[in-house]
Amino acid sequence: MTQHLPLEGIRVVDLCVVWAGTFATLLLGDLGAEVIKVENPFVLPPMTRGNRARPTKELLAATPASAGAYPGGEPGPRAWNYNPTFVSLYRNKKSFTVDWRTDEGRDIVGRLVAKSDAVVENNATETLEKLGITYDWLRSYRDNIIMVRMAAYGASGPYAQARALGVHLESVMGHTLLRGYRDLDPTSSTPIFSGDYLAGAQAALAVQMAVWHRDRTGQGQLVELSQAENASAMLSQAFMDYTLNGRSAGRLGNRSYYGFAPQGVFPCRGGDPAECEDRWISISVISDEQWRNLCELMARPDLAADAELATNAGRASRQDEIEAAIASWTRVQDDYSVFHRLQAAGIPSAPVLEGSRVFDDPHTQARGLYQPQTLYDDIGTFRYVQPFYQMPETPITTRQAPVAMGEHNDYVYRDVIGVSEAEYDDLKSRGHVSMDFDPSIP
Amino acid sequence: MGPIDGVRVLDLTVGIAGPYATRLLADYGADVIKVERPSGDFTRGLGPFRGDTPHPEKSGTFLYFNTNKRSIVLDLRATAGAGVMAALIEWADVVVESFKPGVLERFGVGWDFIHGRKPAISLVSISNFGQESPYRDYEGTELTLYGFGGEMFSMGVAEREPVMMFGTAALVESGAAAANAVMASLFLTHRQGIGQHVDFSIVDSQFGGADRRHVASIAVEFAGRRTGRNPLDSSGVLRGVYPCADGYVEFTGAGTRLDRFREMLGHPEWLSDPRWDAPGAIFQADNAAEFDGNFYPWLYQHTKKEIWAKARDARVLCGPLFTIDELVADHHFRERGFWAAVEHPVAGSFEMPGRPFIMNASPWEVHRPAPLLGQHTREILSDAGIATDEQDRLFAAGVVA
Repeated sequence: MTQHLPLEGIRVVDLCVVWAGTFATLLLGDLGAEVIKVENPFVLPPMTRGNRARPTKELLAATPASAGAYPGGEPGPRAWNYNPTFVSLYRNKKSFTVDWRTDEGRDIVGRLVAKSDAVVENNATETLEKLGITYDWLRSYRDNIIMVRMAAYGASGPYAQARALGVHLESVMGHTLLRGYRDLDPTSSTPIFSGDYLAGAQAALAVQMAVWHRDRTGQGQLVELSQAENASAMLSQAFMDYTLNGRSAGRLGNRSYYGFAPQGVFPCRGGDPAECEDRWISISVISDEQWRNLCELMARPDLAADAELATNAGRASRQDEIEAAIASWTRVQDDYSVFHRLQAAGIPSAPVLEGSRVFDDPHTQARGLYQPQTLYDDIGTFRYVQPFYQMPETPITTRQAPVAMGEHNDYVYRDVIGVSEAEYDDLKSRGHVSMDFDPSIP
Repeated sequence: MGPIDGVRVLDLTVGIAGPYATRLLADYGADVIKVERPSGDFTRGLGPFRGDTPHPEKSGTFLYFNTNKRSIVLDLRATAGAGVMAALIEWADVVVESFKPGVLERFGVGWDFIHGRKPAISLVSISNFGQESPYRDYEGTELTLYGFGGEMFSMGVAEREPVMMFGTAALVESGAAAANAVMASLFLTHRQGIGQHVDFSIVDSQFGGADRRHVASIAVEFAGRRTGRNPLDSSGVLRGVYPCADGYVEFTGAGTRLDRFREMLGHPEWLSDPRWDAPGAIFQADNAAEFDGNFYPWLYQHTKKEIWAKARDARVLCGPLFTIDELVADHHFRERGFWAAVEHPVAGSFEMPGRPFIMNASPWEVHRPAPLLGQHTREILSDAGIATDEQDRLFAAGVVA
């Protein structure tokens, strides 16, 4: 029997922008679903395919690396196909273009829906409504279609209309206030997009569960995921402490929520911080035995002999002093060296890896986490992160490198939707079918 | 009814990531049997405890991550433990575990044991670094796993050490990603009759996650540009968190439209010079002084709720930094019925954050509070087809409790 990927045969229409939805369809695509990105040559979605369709080299150089680090610092032939912010989220997806602002374009979307199992979207509230793309409209093309919507705050309630990216959701949901240094105010906080990760993973799960449900009942359904509500799971301990005890949590820096001590991030031997060559080791001591082992490694019999420090409570009351002792020990060592020594003594620790170092770590190498690939456009061969699900009988691989806009126009129009040659030519002549954004878009 | 009613999950996970994965399945209808060692999941010993007194049935962490599950106490170190496991495997559609790699094998109930008894079901193993890695036996915590696999290096300020997220946020992310592996395994079993040993590595799910990690690595690969922490006093426009009259608000420049921003400020003449409309103006440090000169006085004149209301009206990206107590009271989430009421026989009644998402045809609900340690041992043994007299023997021998 030929083995198929776990979600093979499930077709997902991807109407997503930016992070959360795009991550949801990435996971579904990795697991074998056929994900079809619906893109519009006349509408550049903010950020998703880049802030500009045709940025200049000068603009890229003036833009933070996250959005400006295009291959070789050049915009290249079609910048939108390798926007550094999102290119890694476009593997294992197909892409086709249609101008959904027109009646015939929307009908094409509908005809695709008729051949699909699920639709996922995370646009700002009412973006799709304004186009007439509602759940009822989808059902007019396929009665048992599944739709997952990921409005920031949900489809109802006073905040329903609020615009938000992950950073705003994290702020509203308490995350921004609670993460960060204990001794600095929250203006030192850095955006991280953890809410997008969580909401994306859960939206993928919702699609899987809804397909499971449909396979049993024949019934499709609308799923509403409020990214704000969803993000609460990451602060569950703080919420529980409030609802159980009325206590509102404060910032902990790198210390353990559960009071295990010592825990922190300590300096190691490194280079120029301005070049991101500073080096750090994270260490968590969660048992008395680990503490004794740490004292031995640090050659600090005085600390080992200190009766107060033999218990977690004692260590928790003297964390500043302990952290200073650890830092003076780590400061003169290489991070990987201290990592392996600590782990050999059973102490949880790891280097805090700077982004350029992820490729050469023995773990990522052993698991093949980064692999060289070429894209549709000739921009050179680069290493892209690979799917993280390891399934030996149904290997989860990159079947499709990060997709170019419109790369699958022929396949989707002809083979999936089944348009006639005449109709295809007509749609082409009206600008629906393209691998380029309209020249009017800067 | 739940969307995955009738699905049977044998859950050998402890801690945060694994239990969160299986809780998501339990939330939507799966029958999740939590197998606990005689002393229970170690999170029963972690707080926050109701009333601040440690008690295995009053841990906020355990109560949250194990809602909607049943509990059986089974001592896998006992010789007869494998026999009970064999019966539970017969019952199960999928097995999930989070022991250190190799531990399940040492108990004699590893992948070969499971596969030999029921070839069509999968074992999903959740571990720090995976079943095959030079670091497979290495220890990890939220801090160390996120520091290694996630984009922590660029979190915080340049003058200081990198700083983590709050609580166990990264482990929760990874748990949700792992839940997808479990569902995918169920499809594989149901549609193709295939079982396999799925190797889910928490750090891999961070390297490949949707936060800024993949961006930081591709920026290096594409253009040799590294992502670090900005200086504390770094200037820039709309660079993140700003103070206001009663707290803080988030304004991050990416995606912000200046026309809407002026409308929000109520001063269309501010920032009206054409150079503000030049590409990238919003990232120019030189522009910050003029921008902030207009912005800060306005911020201090308004509360975070006022600012957010104005931002919503003008469709500007913004978020107030709410505190936990403000969130629990907030009328938006109250109106939407987000909070779930729980009645627990020992911990009492309390509210907890509710549904992760709303499935219109198959609603979310709290079917049962987190289980007491071994609360369902007898009924689970019966469900697994073990006769009452055999159950008595297992209890007497201390194999189950």
